[in-house]
Amino acid sequence: MQVPLLSEEIAKGNHPEFLFWVGCAGSFDQRAQSITKAFALILNKIGCSYAILGSEEMCTGDPVRRAGNEFMFQMMAYQNIQLLNAYQVKKIITTCPHCFNTLKNEYPELGGSYEVIHHATLLQQLLDEGKIVIKEGGQYKGKKITYHDSCYLGRSNGIYEAPRKVIESLDASLVEMKRCRSNGLCCGAGGAQMFKEEEKGNRRINWERTEEALHTGAEIIAGACPFCNTMLTDGIKGKEKENQVLVKDIAELIAESL
Amino acid sequence: MTHLPQILFSILLLVAGFVFYKRFSAIVQVIQLGREEQLNDQPRERWKNVLLLALGQKKMFKNPLVAILHLIIYVGFIIINIELLEIVLDGVSGNHRLFLPVLGSFYRLFINSFECLALGVIVVCIIFLIRRYALPIWRFRHSDLKGWPSLDATIILCAEIVLMSLFLLMNASDTLLQNLDIEPYAYHKTGAFLVSSLIVPILSAFSVETLTAIERFSWWAHITGILLFLNYLSRSKHLHILLAFPNAYFSRLTPVGKMKNMPDVQREVIYAFQPELATEQSSAPPPKFGAADIGDLSWKNLLDAYSCTECGRCSAACPATQTGKQLSPRRIMMATRDRCESIGERISKGLTTDDGKYLLHDYISEEELRACTTCNACVEECPVSISPLDIIVQMRRYLIMEKSSAPQEWTMMFGNVENNFAPWKFSPEQRADWMNHS
Repeated sequence: MQVPLLSEEIAKGNHPEFLFWVGCAGSFDQRAQSITKAFALILNKIGCSYAILGSEEMCTGDPVRRAGNEFMFQMMAYQNIQLLNAYQVKKIITTCPHCFNTLKNEYPELGGSYEVIHHATLLQQLLDEGKIVIKEGGQYKGKKITYHDSCYLGRSNGIYEAPRKVIESLDASLVEMKRCRSNGLCCGAGGAQMFKEEEKGNRRINWERTEEALHTGAEIIAGACPFCNTMLTDGIKGKEKENQVLVKDIAELIAESL
Repeated sequence: MTHLPQILFSILLLVAGFVFYKRFSAIVQVIQLGREEQLNDQPRERWKNVLLLALGQKKMFKNPLVAILHLIIYVGFIIINIELLEIVLDGVSGNHRLFLPVLGSFYRLFINSFECLALGVIVVCIIFLIRRYALPIWRFRHSDLKGWPSLDATIILCAEIVLMSLFLLMNASDTLLQNLDIEPYAYHKTGAFLVSSLIVPILSAFSVETLTAIERFSWWAHITGILLFLNYLSRSKHLHILLAFPNAYFSRLTPVGKMKNMPDVQREVIYAFQPELATEQSSAPPPKFGAADIGDLSWKNLLDAYSCTECGRCSAACPATQTGKQLSPRRIMMATRDRCESIGERISKGLTTDDGKYLLHDYISEEELRACTTCNACVEECPVSISPLDIIVQMRRYLIMEKSSAPQEWTMMFGNVENNFAPWKFSPEQRADWMNHS
């Protein structure tokens, strides 16, 4: 798969319209890598003008900031903003709600102001504009799909409808969990929990959420966040349902329906 | 001698007013111990929040049935205060039903609507007592409320039932005395009222003397009760009926996912990367990072703590609380308030604020702070614009930056971010390798 690097594009005198901010999960986590690839495939297919930073990208600082390490957050933010500003980046797309929230809401007051777009919103736009056309009788037609709201996309940024519209475009039947939209239950990964053992309790948060998702009877649990994806995939494995129920990112659902 | 009730009433009013004023100033003084935070930009947006969130109780309507029940108590309480004005003026001037000649035929309409509301308040308070004690509603059964908080809620509901009943009893005995042509009641003929007329048959067997005693007792007990309740609420969770309004006005208007910036840290980091900018050496002592006690929190966090009515919607939505973790956002607010109260007590005794204790560890444990996923469910739920999350992250900052206290996995994650610019141990050179994987 060919994905343009921003440094090379700039050297060639090109200024791609979008920077695709891949994020740490999207770059390194095996499961999340396929989300990244699915999204890049869509971008390539529609002939989108974009590039990635490759080895120049650094963690936005979301997990360290939420763990309480403001020094390290500021160090990451400073270096990222210097780079983005040097490349005169205007529009950023990201598949990670955590990167999205940090870039969109936390970088502006540190000197980094960009138009930041989450892939759920972009996919919905591309579908609306007819730039993405879903093939007839795709594999998700008529399938029961439930959507898990990521906290950083939903409650933090009010994006509830775009990912649902994307799922509906597949002619699938969207079923809601009891706790959805602004009442959505966290997957358990936010606030740097992804990087440590859960505190003592009587259940795991991802198990609680997975049970709720399974309760809908859906064959596919769709999400729009690589961390939620990991947590729910683990939950499904824990319930030994990995052969019946799939956890998918909306980008994957679209990429597989082109 | 005829002026004695007026004098007594005026003294009662002044004393109650003074005690409330003293208490309120003490609360304001404690809130001012918090760090400065500018929250008075965009007044239009802020007034909109007061109208929608506080006055309109927008968030309560997530559960319409409970919202309507709560609204009855709330409207009842506010509107019956108009009647209170008459009672106070009657008490000071030695009159009886002062507004009757002014309002004429409207007077009956007013009192009738007050009586309906009073009945509504009584019914809803009984429903709320049943909800609290007989129905399996998780947030009322949670261990957060053990002891005083639970008793506090019961006292408030019972007090409201008693106050409203006294108001109805007063009207019932008054209208009976009017029919018996007893002065001064007969001079102020109002006729029967909608709700109190239902109690009239029970009272009609009593003698004139007993009825007069009942009427006077109800009148005095009602107003004294209200003045006592005013002072009680300032010491209880019920303070939300007053503080919900400023708390809505001063609520943060930034996106909820945005954490507050720390300009001191930002500056340090900029100087580290661009030492040429660090020309002015500040003589100020290095600031404390994060929060270990209420003085390190913002004044808004402390106002939040006093505004909390311990309803527990936050904890019922919290993924950590719901899976049995030690963290409960409601308890974070209750602990912060307890800490405020104990500091406030020291101030009122003329002592220093330093009692060797801290909000961190003495009131809130590290384990609680560590369990938060920063999902913002608590913030989203709170009907009175409280953010338990903001307190949690400030205390996390203190733990990491002042105490270097982190779970081992986080220390490793920090190391990875510092050295590899990612929370996992991968080389930055591998960042784009995904495109080559099959």
